[in-house]
Amino acid sequence: MKKIIADREIDVNEEGYLVDFNQWDKEVGRTLAEEHGISMSDKHWDVIEYLQDKYQKEEPLSIRGIKKSGVINIKEFYSLFPGGPLKKSTLIAGIPKPKSCI
Amino acid sequence: MKNLVILGAGTSGTMMANHLVSSLPKKDWKISIVDQFKTHYYQPGFLFLPFDIYTTKQVKKKGSKFLPKGVSYIQEKIDLIEPESNKVLLADGQELPYDILIVATGTKTVPEEIEGMKGPKWYKNIFDFYTYEGAKALRDKFRTWEGGKLVVHITEMPIKCPVAPLEFAFLADSYFKNKGMRDKVDITFVTPLDGAFTKPRATEALHYLLEEKDIKEVTDFNIERVDHENNKIIDYADTEVEYDLLVTVPTNMGDPLLERSGLGDDLNYIPTNKATLQSTDHENIFAIGDATNIPASKAGSVAHFEAEILTDNILRYINGKELKEDFDGHANCFIETGGGKALLIDFNYTTEPVEGTFPFPGVGPLRLLKESRMNHMGKLAFRWIYWNMLLKGVPIPFVDAKMSEKGKQLEKTQ
Repeated sequence: MKKIIADREIDVNEEGYLVDFNQWDKEVGRTLAEEHGISMSDKHWDVIEYLQDKYQKEEPLSIRGIKKSGVINIKEFYSLFPGGPLKKSTLIAGIPKPKSCI
Repeated sequence: MKNLVILGAGTSGTMMANHLVSSLPKKDWKISIVDQFKTHYYQPGFLFLPFDIYTTKQVKKKGSKFLPKGVSYIQEKIDLIEPESNKVLLADGQELPYDILIVATGTKTVPEEIEGMKGPKWYKNIFDFYTYEGAKALRDKFRTWEGGKLVVHITEMPIKCPVAPLEFAFLADSYFKNKGMRDKVDITFVTPLDGAFTKPRATEALHYLLEEKDIKEVTDFNIERVDHENNKIIDYADTEVEYDLLVTVPTNMGDPLLERSGLGDDLNYIPTNKATLQSTDHENIFAIGDATNIPASKAGSVAHFEAEILTDNILRYINGKELKEDFDGHANCFIETGGGKALLIDFNYTTEPVEGTFPFPGVGPLRLLKESRMNHMGKLAFRWIYWNMLLKGVPIPFVDAKMSEKGKQLEKTQ
């Protein structure tokens, strides 16, 4: 379905995740973050870039992977994106949330 | 004489040995297969062992029985792969030169990755069922367990057989009902994902199973450690889940051989082209099954579909032809739901599991994303198919390597 984000029409699924990553840019990301009560800082963007990089390489996302990458420590990750950090950060990053086969 | 070496004689390695022995000319190619273990396990059977649905005999056999004549079988630990010199070093000092290498070393559970998991309570009130030893120990525990809080838990993704933990919870519900003690058992499903189901069609079709079976969900749980003294698992947000009996799927990682050889990613999986199954770093190395890093499920059916395509691509490589980007991530899996019923899902990289019939439109006889007794028969029959057809590289009739759209309700009708 379509949603207006940062003054443009973006395709999102029922949970608000972008369906087409090509429609994402920083303004879209910033607006999505604000909708979830998050004000984006440089550290927030570092994490978003890391997640988008993994997505484009089709590599799975996990807390352990984030810890190992050194992009951020996990306690900080939870405080930057409170309430299900992987769920939140992937939504803001314009990529699908981590999923299983069903 | 050229050498083709297969590392690992599990599901994938054995299938490739059988496919290739009939495709490669004997006078030109020597095929060798190496595995440190002589026992071949039917891993889908581990789910049934804790519930006394299968016996230990039914889930293991001598692996060499399934390897074809004409393939040289070496039972030895593999020390190192040296891609720069095209050879493999074994623990006993043997060197195996190769012209083509197939990595089929699978994935294993590593409970040591989480603090407190493999401690003094391991196999006392903390179990896995992803190993023969774990499933057997859990069977013995369940036989005399008098009830309490049963927590079924996933450490992190990816895991092989991603539906198995849910199947376990469903079968546990039936098992304790049959024993007349379901009211004494509290079952909670704990996952790092945001639901027991994460795909929209599956969630809509199947969420009722959790309610019907009174299985509680704790989601977005990223385990940091197990407090085995106080019987609880704790995540990075300091959320705690108490248990009397913890059945966990530990971190899954590829074989340490890949780390030693500098060929693995941070989970020890070998970077592989998801459509051709060729290594992304060495053109004469190919990979199949759980050992790869491709975004397909880690499941036996996936390896079966890959085997056909990989065999074709190896022949193309040998003949200097371009490889075909034919693998579409196809997986086909039965999911036990307890009470003598099961679901079937059939999907690939781009199509999520949807309702429909399989393999024939309308006629079926199997139903996709819906419980049926026929599906459960299919799951049980599969053990015979595994040992007698799949491992030997015999194609399954009417089921192609690439996923078919026939019989699938791709668009949900409102």
